[in-house]
Amino acid sequence: MNLKADTNKPVEALPAAPSPRRRVAEFAIDHRRYLAPDGTAMGELPDFAADKEVMYGLYRHMVLARLFDEKAIALQRTGRLGTYASLLGEEAVGVGVASIMDEGDIFLPTFREHAAQLVRGVTMTELFVYWGGDERGSDFSGPKRDFPVCIPVAGHLPHATGAALALKLRKEKGVAVAITGDGGTSKGEFYEAINMAGVWKLPAVFVIANNAWAISVPRSAQTLAETLAQKAIAAGIHGEQVDGNDVVAVRQVMAEALDRARKGEGPSLIEALTYRLGDHTTADDARRYRDDAEVSRHWKEEPVARLRAYMTHQGWWSKEDEQALLEKLTGEVAAATDAYLATPPEAPEAMFTHLYAKLPKPLQDELEEVKRAGEAGDA
Amino acid sequence: MPEVDLLGAINLALHRAMADDPSVIVMGEDIGVDGGVFRATNGLIKEFGPERVIDTPLAEASIAGVAVGAAVEGFRPLAEIQFMGFIYPAIDQLVSHAGRMRNRTRGRLTCPMVLRAPFGGGVHAPEHHSESTEAMFAHIPGVRVVIPSSPARAYGLLLAAIRDPDPVVFLEPKRLYHTHKEEVADDGKALPLDTPFVLREGTDITLVTWGAMTRETLQAADELAKAGIEAEVIDIATLNPLDESLIAASVEKTGRCVIVHEAARNAGFGAEVAARLADKSLLSLLAPVSRVTGYDTVMPLPRLEARYMPSAARVVAAARQTLEYQ
Repeated sequence: MNLKADTNKPVEALPAAPSPRRRVAEFAIDHRRYLAPDGTAMGELPDFAADKEVMYGLYRHMVLARLFDEKAIALQRTGRLGTYASLLGEEAVGVGVASIMDEGDIFLPTFREHAAQLVRGVTMTELFVYWGGDERGSDFSGPKRDFPVCIPVAGHLPHATGAALALKLRKEKGVAVAITGDGGTSKGEFYEAINMAGVWKLPAVFVIANNAWAISVPRSAQTLAETLAQKAIAAGIHGEQVDGNDVVAVRQVMAEALDRARKGEGPSLIEALTYRLGDHTTADDARRYRDDAEVSRHWKEEPVARLRAYMTHQGWWSKEDEQALLEKLTGEVAAATDAYLATPPEAPEAMFTHLYAKLPKPLQDELEEVKRAGEAGDA
Repeated sequence: MPEVDLLGAINLALHRAMADDPSVIVMGEDIGVDGGVFRATNGLIKEFGPERVIDTPLAEASIAGVAVGAAVEGFRPLAEIQFMGFIYPAIDQLVSHAGRMRNRTRGRLTCPMVLRAPFGGGVHAPEHHSESTEAMFAHIPGVRVVIPSSPARAYGLLLAAIRDPDPVVFLEPKRLYHTHKEEVADDGKALPLDTPFVLREGTDITLVTWGAMTRETLQAADELAKAGIEAEVIDIATLNPLDESLIAASVEKTGRCVIVHEAARNAGFGAEVAARLADKSLLSLLAPVSRVTGYDTVMPLPRLEARYMPSAARVVAAARQTLEYQ
């Protein structure tokens, strides 16, 4: 983005023989892609792309996210998990974003960011427990300061601004990072949050996982704007678009945004272009509103195969490596599934235990009622 | 001891809370240099600086939402919504986030924030500046709703709200901002939440109310006293969670109850009080529980607002009818 306007400067007196019109601001939005869909490099890559360990780590997390996703859908289809939002096709956004965040950063996810949550250290068992209908799944054992998933679209974006305000007031080096979808950018809270973060120059990064569909409504029906990244311009903050199926590009653009935030240069808005290859959730049937042909086209650009092709070109990856990784991660997913399925539900009193710091007296009658109903066997 | 009105007491409590606890921050529209449109935050920016006294852009949903984020991160934000008429964009943040955060993370994250807003009619304000919609907020699990009715209670309850580890909606009866001064010791002492106050003791009838209507209700009690009728007046103060035990005990004594509120009647908070009495005190009641409320109409503009709001005379009439019931 190239911001040339000095917003509050009065328009100067016009020169002699003036034009009645002069340009007061100009803007542009850049798009970044390092790996083509076939995994070949486009120009010079960031340094980390030459680091086999880093790239292996990204690949491992993307494959893990996909295997977790497959298992979650299978569990739901067999009646052992609640409604679940698949991340299929969007692995590079979450992994790219979270892989470059620090422990002292704060992550605020939507309901489709399982990949990023896994990278942040939320366990697969916790995710299963949450999607299985149990609040304990949001009591993360790993990233203690990360927020739970936000189901009301974009409602968490002001929280990111608030968390970033807290980080700035405490002079911490951390950054608040929130992801929302393309549909979320149509909401007022999206604009309010990026605008406030901008005016206070807060350490925040807002990522739009633009997967082209908000349930059945295509991106073209959300806004006439050419890009979603340009919504940053209205807030006066840095905005940029990235190929969200290219994990190298996502990680690099994110690294730059985090760096700006840590240096006190304020928030950024990153639009990551990806594609929702699956249904909106397990309760949705995307064939009602989009063509199979469109989905097939997008399978050619999907992020996991792209990174695998890059690793193979580099001579870092073989069929045997792939087989070994799949076996190992499938075992991890199975172990997490077992742990989830072996988790008994909480006692009904848990509805009351954490509502307030201390249960107010007026609620004690209700708590006793729940206990009695349980004892009487009519719970 | 300084003599202050209700607004002055709010201001004292804000100064005290900010001085006592560096994690308290104040945010809202025009609350900085301007000191708030009612001057509730007057002087705070001078004493505590713009880092802790933050003028926000004009965006109510995010004033509440940013408060949620900062509260989860360990601050105690005191967010001001300029008038209750503008609070509705913030309701989503209260219902969907503030009231749920502790519960949905099983205690890992909490939301110790206060959302302050002036409310109620009777000050000849423009459209949207006079409503009393406290019942909407009392229906949100996990969010306390606290309403003071005197300078001393404003001071003590606001400090309690700020120190409470859970979210509180603190509604200020703006009609009482300047009506009455009293001595308020700035001693940092909080009053208990979830606890109604007996404003006047009596044995013949129980009058239950809160906020600005305490004024008309106490006037009505004075009027009844002239006829030898001793009314007990109870200020609920905390609408959610509602502790009905004090009201029930009073009704067991008097056998008669009139509930007074400025808000519209249908699904108003008086209905909850009446239902609790039906539950707990039915056999003590000598007459049906009666309500004196605003009408189920849109709050009128100032020329008619006095006809909308319950008067002391309406309360007296309802009390007499309740007392005469055989």
